Amino acid sequence: MNILWKIFFTFLKIGAFSFGGGYAVISMIQKDIILDKGWIKPEEFIDIVAIAEMTPGPIAVNSSTYIGYKLAGLLGSALGTIGVVLVPTLLALIVSIYFNKFKHLDWVKWTLKGIRPAVLGIIAAACFTIGKVSFVDLRSIIIGALIFLGVYKLKISPILAIIISGCLGLILYGLPV
Amino acid sequence: MLYQIFITFFKIGCFTIGGGYAMVPVIQREIVENKKWISQDEFLDAIALTNSLPGPLATNTATYVGYRMAGISGAITGVVATALPSFLIILAIAAFFTTIKDSTVVQNIFRGIRPAVVSLITYAVIKLAKSIGLKTKNILISLGTLLGMIFLNIHPIAAVIVSGILGFFFFREEAAEK
Repeated sequence: MNILWKIFFTFLKIGAFSFGGGYAVISMIQKDIILDKGWIKPEEFIDIVAIAEMTPGPIAVNSSTYIGYKLAGLLGSALGTIGVVLVPTLLALIVSIYFNKFKHLDWVKWTLKGIRPAVLGIIAAACFTIGKVSFVDLRSIIIGALIFLGVYKLKISPILAIIISGCLGLILYGLPV
Repeated sequence: MLYQIFITFFKIGCFTIGGGYAMVPVIQREIVENKKWISQDEFLDAIALTNSLPGPLATNTATYVGYRMAGISGAITGVVATALPSFLIILAIAAFFTTIKDSTVVQNIFRGIRPAVVSLITYAVIKLAKSIGLKTKNILISLGTLLGMIFLNIHPIAAVIVSGILGFFFFREEAAEK
């Protein structure tokens, strides 16, 4: 199959099941794109997530644009991005058209109540797999702990957290002389 | 009208850094307070409903508002305008980043950033756990998904489908008991 079609269908599938927003998409990309297809390296993907945190727009759009571009240039990035938003947009359109009917459907409510805790598990799994790649030595554990305290206790913004951690990385891993 | 929709959501797409719920106040100010396109109540209902669908909150909301203002072409315009800024920015970064990412300075910066990404996601997990509520059924589904994915290599899509089915039976029963 043509690489462009592969990009489109892979992101179509990821988009169609991306309940719970950006962080849940991370797990899907880990599984489909990194483990199964080996399109990009795990480290590079975490770097994309970091870039996505600092730039506008949903993580799903940011990652599909980046990965699509890396694999097949401009056309790849366009197809990846269209793929990832296509099914959600169609569903949102159907819901918008029949808005008042959807508001009170019990079976939808029950199903979604089951999916929400699963999304929590999916995001926790992303944490675990990204953690394995990110915590490589004592220095990285120190950085992770400091940043966690920063976001949990001091409520610093994700952008500030990433800027600080980048500086810590430069200090602890050494500036090239 | 389509031009108005495009400009408004392009602006929203430019300023929604961080994703997810960080976007809600930005969209709300623009659509409800400045443009007065829909009421506050309708906006909250629309967020609740479109957010339960898969996909980014921002594009889903753009679909709803675009449709309400100008039908299907309005919805498409809204989604394209919302996604366009991040698409263009990432395109520029992708072209640039691939040329610098192997330098030692950039490598060392990202060695520091990677553990921070884990901390950010851990914090998101804690916040989400609090908002869902730690009831037995929720904990069972969450833990089952987490362990299944780590140890049995279960696909996240399978976890979504199975938990949706479980949720249907669990919570139907709960509703029947009330």
